[in-house]
Amino acid sequence: MFTLILQIALGIMAVSTLLYVIRVIKGPTVPDRVVALDAIGINLIAMTALVSILLNTSIFLDIILLLGILSFIGTIAFSKFLEKGEIIENDRDR
Amino acid sequence: MIVIAKIAVAILILMGALICLVASFGTLRLPDMYTRSHAASKGSTLGVNMILLGVFFFLWFITGEISAKILLGIFFIFITSPVGGHLICRAAYNSGVKLDERSVQDDYNGIRNFVIKRKEDSYL
Repeated sequence: MFTLILQIALGIMAVSTLLYVIRVIKGPTVPDRVVALDAIGINLIAMTALVSILLNTSIFLDIILLLGILSFIGTIAFSKFLEKGEIIENDRDR
Repeated sequence: MIVIAKIAVAILILMGALICLVASFGTLRLPDMYTRSHAASKGSTLGVNMILLGVFFFLWFITGEISAKILLGIFFIFITSPVGGHLICRAAYNSGVKLDERSVQDDYNGIRNFVIKRKEDSYL
């Protein structure tokens, strides 16, 4: 019963990720795609946690922190690129 | 005791997954970039935090280990996901993404022009 509920939750997360993929494909502007990709990254965290319960191990729990940090850094880099045109600035007088 | 813990964990995980589904429906159906970002950042943050809390309680009550990595992950997502939503919305507004036609008021309009003008000045 509990395994069935975990599989149902994993299926719901997969459908949610599929809807985000539709938004990534047809989003009219670039920030739409960035928001949807950030949400896909956060969905992958939850799917990793569910899979680590289903496989009955606890060695996938490092991946949760890793995916969170990478998704945050990617979103920040994209927003800085959209706003200023470059990600790492080298000028001193600003 | 284990049955009660399993029921609580199942409720937390199912509610989190349904909230994630509602957030993705909002991302698909809302008319504007800012409303889409509102749905995506808040909804997926709450849903994923509920799923991670369910996994944490599962590991605590059934396996018996208190996993600090999941607590740190909950804390990190709870801090960084709204900050990421704020940054990408500000970048979208400053790079000229329009609001929906049905929105009635834009208090940030003059400040947007000021920011763009200052950026153009600083490129000279």
